[in-house]
Amino acid sequence: MKLVPLWTDVLVWLLVAVLAGYAWYAHRRPHLAAPWRRVSRSNAGMASLVVIGLFAAVGLTDSIHYHPLLPGTQAGAPPVYSVEARSLLDDLLTPLWSRSEKTYSAPLAIRSYSRETVELPGGEVRREFPRLRYGGRHVADERERDRDVVLTVLQGLAWGAMAWATLAAVWVTVLARLRRVTVQTMARRILRRETQVAWIAVFVTLLVAALIVTPVALLAGGYHVFGTDKVGQDVLYLALKSVRTALVIGTLTTLIMLPFAVLLGIAAGYLRGWVDDVIQYVYTTLNSIPGVLLIAAAVLMMQVYIDSHPERFPTAVERADLRLLFLCMILGVTTWTGLARLLRGEALKLRELEYIQAARAFGVRDTRIITRHILPNVMHIVLISLVMDFSFLVLTEAVLSYIGVGVDPTMNSFGTLINNARLEMARDPIVWWTLAAAFGFMFVLVLSANLFADAVRDAFDPRVRVGQAAAEGAG
Amino acid sequence: MIAYITRRFLYAIPILIGVNVITFALFFVVNTPEDMANLALGAKRVTPEAVERWKAERGYDKPLFVNAEADGAARLTDTIFFQKSIRLFVFDFGNADDGRNIGHEIRTRMWPSLALAIPVFLIGLAVNITFALMLAFFRATYIDFWGVVVCVAMMSISTLFYIIGGQYLVSKTWSLVPISGYAPGIDAAKFLILPVVVGVAGGIGSGSRWYRTIFLEEINRDYVRTARAKGLSELTVLFRHVLKNAMIPILTGAVVVIPTLFMGSLITESFFGIPGLGSYVIDAIQAQDFAVVRSMVFLGSVLYILGLLLTDLSYTLVDPRVRFE
Amino acid sequence: MTEALLKVDGLRTWLEGSAGVVRALDGVDLEIRRGETFAIVGESGCGKSITALSVARLLPETGRVVDGSVRLGDMDLLALPEAAMRNVRGERIAMIFQEPATSLNPVLTVGMQIGEVLERHIGLRGAAARRRAGELLDAVGIAESARRLDEYPFQLSGGMKQRVMIALALAGEPDLLIADEPTTALDVTIQAQVLDLLRDLQARTGMAILLITHDLGIVADMAHQVAVMYAGQIVEVATRDAFFASAQHPYSRKLFAALPGGRHRGAALAVIPGQVPPLTGEFRGCRFAGRCEHAFERCRTEEPGWTAISDGHRVRCHLRETEPAGPLGEGRSATSQALAPAAGAALLDVQDLKVHFPIRRGLLKRTVGLVRAVDGVSLEIRAGRTLALVGESGCGKTTVGKSLLQLIRPTEGNVTFDGIELTELQGNALRRRRSDFQIVFQDPYASLNPRMRVADILAEGRSALGVLGTPEQESRRIDELLNQVGLDPSARDRYPHEFSGGQRQRIAIARALAVNPRLIVCDEPTSALDVSVQAQILNLLLRLQQEMGLAYLFITHNLAVVEYLADEVAVMYLGRIVEHGTVAEVLDAPRHPYTHALLSAIPTIEGGRERIRLQGELPSPVSPPVGCHFHPRCPDVQARCRAAYPARTQLSATHSVRCFLFGDAYEDEEGRAT
Repeated sequence: MKLVPLWTDVLVWLLVAVLAGYAWYAHRRPHLAAPWRRVSRSNAGMASLVVIGLFAAVGLTDSIHYHPLLPGTQAGAPPVYSVEARSLLDDLLTPLWSRSEKTYSAPLAIRSYSRETVELPGGEVRREFPRLRYGGRHVADERERDRDVVLTVLQGLAWGAMAWATLAAVWVTVLARLRRVTVQTMARRILRRETQVAWIAVFVTLLVAALIVTPVALLAGGYHVFGTDKVGQDVLYLALKSVRTALVIGTLTTLIMLPFAVLLGIAAGYLRGWVDDVIQYVYTTLNSIPGVLLIAAAVLMMQVYIDSHPERFPTAVERADLRLLFLCMILGVTTWTGLARLLRGEALKLRELEYIQAARAFGVRDTRIITRHILPNVMHIVLISLVMDFSFLVLTEAVLSYIGVGVDPTMNSFGTLINNARLEMARDPIVWWTLAAAFGFMFVLVLSANLFADAVRDAFDPRVRVGQAAAEGAG
Repeated sequence: MIAYITRRFLYAIPILIGVNVITFALFFVVNTPEDMANLALGAKRVTPEAVERWKAERGYDKPLFVNAEADGAARLTDTIFFQKSIRLFVFDFGNADDGRNIGHEIRTRMWPSLALAIPVFLIGLAVNITFALMLAFFRATYIDFWGVVVCVAMMSISTLFYIIGGQYLVSKTWSLVPISGYAPGIDAAKFLILPVVVGVAGGIGSGSRWYRTIFLEEINRDYVRTARAKGLSELTVLFRHVLKNAMIPILTGAVVVIPTLFMGSLITESFFGIPGLGSYVIDAIQAQDFAVVRSMVFLGSVLYILGLLLTDLSYTLVDPRVRFE
Repeated sequence: MTEALLKVDGLRTWLEGSAGVVRALDGVDLEIRRGETFAIVGESGCGKSITALSVARLLPETGRVVDGSVRLGDMDLLALPEAAMRNVRGERIAMIFQEPATSLNPVLTVGMQIGEVLERHIGLRGAAARRRAGELLDAVGIAESARRLDEYPFQLSGGMKQRVMIALALAGEPDLLIADEPTTALDVTIQAQVLDLLRDLQARTGMAILLITHDLGIVADMAHQVAVMYAGQIVEVATRDAFFASAQHPYSRKLFAALPGGRHRGAALAVIPGQVPPLTGEFRGCRFAGRCEHAFERCRTEEPGWTAISDGHRVRCHLRETEPAGPLGEGRSATSQALAPAAGAALLDVQDLKVHFPIRRGLLKRTVGLVRAVDGVSLEIRAGRTLALVGESGCGKTTVGKSLLQLIRPTEGNVTFDGIELTELQGNALRRRRSDFQIVFQDPYASLNPRMRVADILAEGRSALGVLGTPEQESRRIDELLNQVGLDPSARDRYPHEFSGGQRQRIAIARALAVNPRLIVCDEPTSALDVSVQAQILNLLLRLQQEMGLAYLFITHNLAVVEYLADEVAVMYLGRIVEHGTVAEVLDAPRHPYTHALLSAIPTIEGGRERIRLQGELPSPVSPPVGCHFHPRCPDVQARCRAAYPARTQLSATHSVRCFLFGDAYEDEEGRAT
C-alpha cells in the first residue's frame, strides 16, 4: 500500500485540522464558546450536525487514497503497486463495486432490467430478463425474494436498535461520569431537556440513522439496494462516492476564497480611500460577469489546458482531482465578492466604534487594529456565510456538472449521476432509481446543512440576540 | 440627482473594460489559439495546415495586441484584441463556429427567453411576497414555524429535481402539456406553463424566507409600535406601514435582475427545449464554441451593470430619503 | 379631588427571556386623575416603560400581563377584546416615545401619518382631515404647517419630529397621554420647548399625562404626582411637593444625593452600592435591601407593604412604619468657591483651532462647501485642572476633543502640548507623545472590544507605545490599574460583556490611565449611565485627579456635572466658544444670552430659575447664519449682530465672552478682531 495524497485530500485534512484547532481554541474562550453553546441547545442544529457528521465520515474515509499492493508479489521481491488509486472507502465497500452487473437493474431486483437473448440448455433460444450475476444470487426461488428482503430488513432493524442502545447507554454513562451524577439522573435530565446540549435530538437522530443504515447495509450484502446503472454499477456505491465530491466543493470553495474575501473586504472598509475604490472596482467587475458563464469559460479553458498537456496528469484520478480543485477555485472567485461586500460594510461600521478610536489614540498601527480589533469582530459573519454557502455550492455542483462544466465526467458526483440518468427518463418502465438516489442523498445533505446554518446564524448573529436583549432589558 | 446618475453611468465604463480584459485574458492568453485549434480539431488529425486554416477561419491568426506587419492604425486594429474584444463595445459579436451571426441569433433568441423569464419573475415575486406576508402575519405561531420548515425543505431541493419531477409527473404521467418544445406566438403558452410553474416553485423557498426576514425586521421597528399605538388594526399596520418600508429592499433587490432576464434561464430552457439565449449558451458550451460564450459573457455583464444602474434609479423612486437628497 | 381616570392594580408583567422568565413588573399600583401629570421615575431596567406598554397593551411578543387590572374610567382594559382595545389606543390613550427619529414611519408624509389617526378615530377624511392636521401642527408649534404636511420625517429636525409625534397623539383627542422619556433624545433647549408644549396642551385640553422619565429635574418641572419605581415595583408615591420636600424611601433619597451639582463640590457624591437585582427570581424581602445602608433583619425576610406618611404619600419601607424620615438635605450650601487663576504655564494650549469637513457633490465630487464643525476655538488647560466644554449636540465639542488628540487632523490652528506642537508631528514622533493624552468615551458598550480580555485591553496601549516592562511588572501594573479604578484584580481575565455599564466605564478609564497620561479628554463619560452610577464615575474621576494631578477636558451637555467637577467652563455654540470663565463666573453669573438660555432650560429640582425660552433649533454648520451665529435665536438681538461676529471681550482675568452686549469689537473677514 502506497499513499497517494491527492490535492483535495491534503486540503480536506488540512481543513479538518483547522477545525479541530479552532474547536480547541474556542473551547477555552468563553466569548467564542458561548454562541456554540447556543447552537448545541438547538434541537434542529444538533440533529443536523449528526447527519452532517455521518456524511463527513463517508467523505473522510473517501479522502485517503493509495495504490493498493498487487497480489501475487513474491516474497523478497520489491512490492508492486497497482496503478489505480483507491480510497479507504473503496476498500470498505469492495462488495459493492466489485459486483458489477451488465446493465440496468431496479432496486432489490434479482433480474435484469432489459431482455437478453438466452440460450437454454436444450439449444433453444429465448428472450427473457436474465437473473442478475450478483443481485439476489443467494435466493434460489424467486418467490422467496420478498420474504428474504423483509427478514433481512427486520434483522437489520433489530441490529440497528441494539447498536443504538449500546451506544446510547455508553454515552449516557460517560456523560454521567463527567458530570458526576448517577446514570439515572443523567438520563432523566436528558429526557427532560435539562442538559446544556440537546442530547435528545442527537439520540433520536442517531436512532433514525441506525434504523436506516443497518438494514440497508445488510441488504446491500445480497442485493443492489438502489439498483444498478447503465453499465451495471451499484447505484448505492456511486451515491456514496458522490458524497465526497459534494463535501469538497461545499467546503474547499469557501476555504479557498476566504483569505481574499476577508482581507480585501476588511481592507476596503477600514482603509477607505483609493484602496476601497480599487477593491470595490475589482469585485464589481468580477460580479458583473454572469457566474455560470465565467465558470463555463474558465472550465472550458482548463479542459483545453489539460488536453494539451496530458503528460502532467499521470492518472485519471489525479486529473479529475485537479479539475475538481480548479472548479473549487473558480467557484471561489465567483462567490467571494458577496462576503467581501458584507465585510467591507461591517468594517466601515467598526472603524467608527469607540474601541477602535481608543486604539488609534494609543497610536496602534493599522495592521494591528485590523488583526486585533476588526478581524475577531467580523468572524461571526465569516462563519455564518461559510455555513450558508455550503448548501448553495452543493446544489450548484449538480447544475454545473449537468451543463458539462462541473467536475470531470469520470468523477462520481451527484451532478454526473443525474446527468447520466436523465436520458433514461424516456424509457418505459422508467429508470427512476439513479435519480431518486442522487436527489435523495443530496436533499438530506443540503437540508441538514441548511438547518445547521440556521442554527449557527441564530446563535451568532448579534441582531437576533440584540432583539432578545432589548426585550429583556426593556423597561 | 442627474449628476449622480451620470456618475453611475461613467462608473460603468471602467467596469466594462475590466470585464473585457478578463474575458480576453481567459480566452486568448491562458490558452493560445493553437491549443484551442488542437482541441477543436481533435488530437489525431492535427496538421499544422489544418490548425492554420482553423485559426484563419475565425480570425485567430492575427497577433494578440500589436500587429508589427501592418501600418498606421491597423497596427492596433488588425489584432485579436481589437477584433475580438474592442468590437464587443459596439455589440459586434462576429460569427459563431457554425458561421451564423451571433448578434442575429441573440436578437431572435431573446424573445423566447423573455417569454419564459418575465412570467417567472413577476409571478415569483408576487407569490413570494404573499407567502412571506402571510408568515409575517402569523409570526411566532405554528403556521409560521411550519411555513419556514416548508421553505427550508423547498430550498434544499435541487432545481434539477423540480424540472425532472415536473416533466415526469405533468407531462409524462398526466400528459397535460408537452414535455418540451416551443412554438412562436400564442401557441407558446402550452409549452411555457410547466417551465414557469417549475421556475416559480424553485424560487419559493429561498425567496419567501428572505422576504419574511425583511418583514420581521421591519415589524420590530419603532414606527410600527407608533402605528399600533394609534389604534390601527394589525392588517393596516402590515400593509400600509410594514409593506411600504419592506418594499424598498425587496424592490431594489428585484430590480437588479430585470435586465438579466434577457439572458434567460440556462437549465430550464435546455430541459424544456425552449430556443432562448439560455439554451444557446448551453449548446455553445457543449460545442465548445468560444465565440458565443465570449459574446454572452460580455452581454451578461452589460445587462448586470444596467441592473445596478436601475437599482440606483429605483432607490430614488421608492425611497423619499434618497429622492430628496 | 376628582375620580381616577386610570387605575392600575397589582399589575404583573412577565417577559420571556433567554435566561428564563423576567418578572418585569411585580405588582404595580397607580392612580391618575384627569388633568394631572403623573411621573414615574427610576433608573433603567426598573420597569417604567413596561408599565406604559402594559397599560396600552403594546407589549413585545415575549411579554404578557399575568395578573392585575388596568381600568380606564369604568372600562377594564385587560378584559377588552383586541378590536375594542384598538378603539382605546389613539382615541383615549395616546403615546409618544423616546426616539422621535425612529418612531415615525420614514416613507409616509407627516400629513398621512396624522390623517390616519383622524380617519380612524374622528372619522375625518380628505380636505377636512387635512385642515385638521394643519391645525394640529399649528397647535404643537410647527410653522408653515401646510408645507410640513407634505414633508417626510427625515426632512424634519429631531425636535420637530417629537412635535409631530405629539400632534399625532393629540389627533385622537385622548384622555391620557403616555409620554415615555419624551425628551431624553433631545437637547436641553429643545427639551424645554417640548416640555412647555406638553404643559400648555395639558392646560388647554385637560388630558392626563403619564410621564416616564429618569430625570428628577423634569419631574420637579412637570409632575403633580410622583411615583418611584425600583426593580419592577413602585416603592414610593407622593405629590410633587411632598416628594421633593421629604422623599421617604431610602432609594429615593439616594437618587437625590447622587445628583451632582455645586452644593456637593469638593465632596464625594453619594452612591448606591451594587446593582439592581435580576428579576428572574422571586423576592423574599425588600428588593432594595441588598443595596440599602439602613437595611435590618426584617428587610431581608419580609416584603414591606405600603406605609402612609401623609395623605397621598405612601412608601414601601419597613423603616418608615415607625417613623418618617426628615426633610431632604438643605439646598445648595454655598456657591462654588472661586478659584484663583492657577499659576504656571498651560499644559495644553489650543490656538484658533479649525476643523472643516469638505462636502463633495456633483459629477466629479468637487468640494462645494465646508462643514465648519470647529471654527476657531482657543483654550488652554493647566496641569491638574478641569476644563468643561459645554454645548448642545452638533456644536462641535466632540470634534474639538478628537482633533486635540490628532484623531482628526485639524484644518488650521495650533495645538501645543507641553510646548510641543502636535499638529506638525507625524508617524512615530506623534506616537511617542500619545502616552501623554488619552480619551474616555461616552458609550461604555462600544468603547471596549468585546473579544479581548480586560488584561489585554489594559496592556494594548502600553505595548503600542512601547512602554512594556517585564511580564511580572506588567502583571503588577494591571492589578494596580484595576485597583485604582476600584475593580477587583480578578477582573483581568474576564471579558467586557461580564461587566455592567459603570464597571465598563471604569475599565475604559483604567485603559487610559495605563500609559500614565497627563491629560484625559472625557467625552460625555457619564451621559449613558444612570444617575447613581454616574455618581460613582464622577467620584472616581475626581479622586484620580487629586491623586495623580491629571488634567481633564470634560466634554458634556450636563451642567450639573460641570458645576460639580470643573474648574473652568467653555460654552460652545456652532463651532465657536461663546463664553469662557471659571465655573462660578459662567454658571452663577452668565453673560452670553446663549449661556443664559442654556442654564434656564435645564429643569432642576430646586426650580425657581428665571425662564428664557429659545426659539428654533441649532442651525446647520454648513451655512451658519451671517454675523453672530446665535442671532436668529437670541432674545437680545441687535442690528449689528446680523452683520459681524463679535470678537472676544475680556470681562475679568478669567472670564471672556463673545457678544456685542459687552463689547464692540468684531471679527473682520479674516477673523481678526477689530
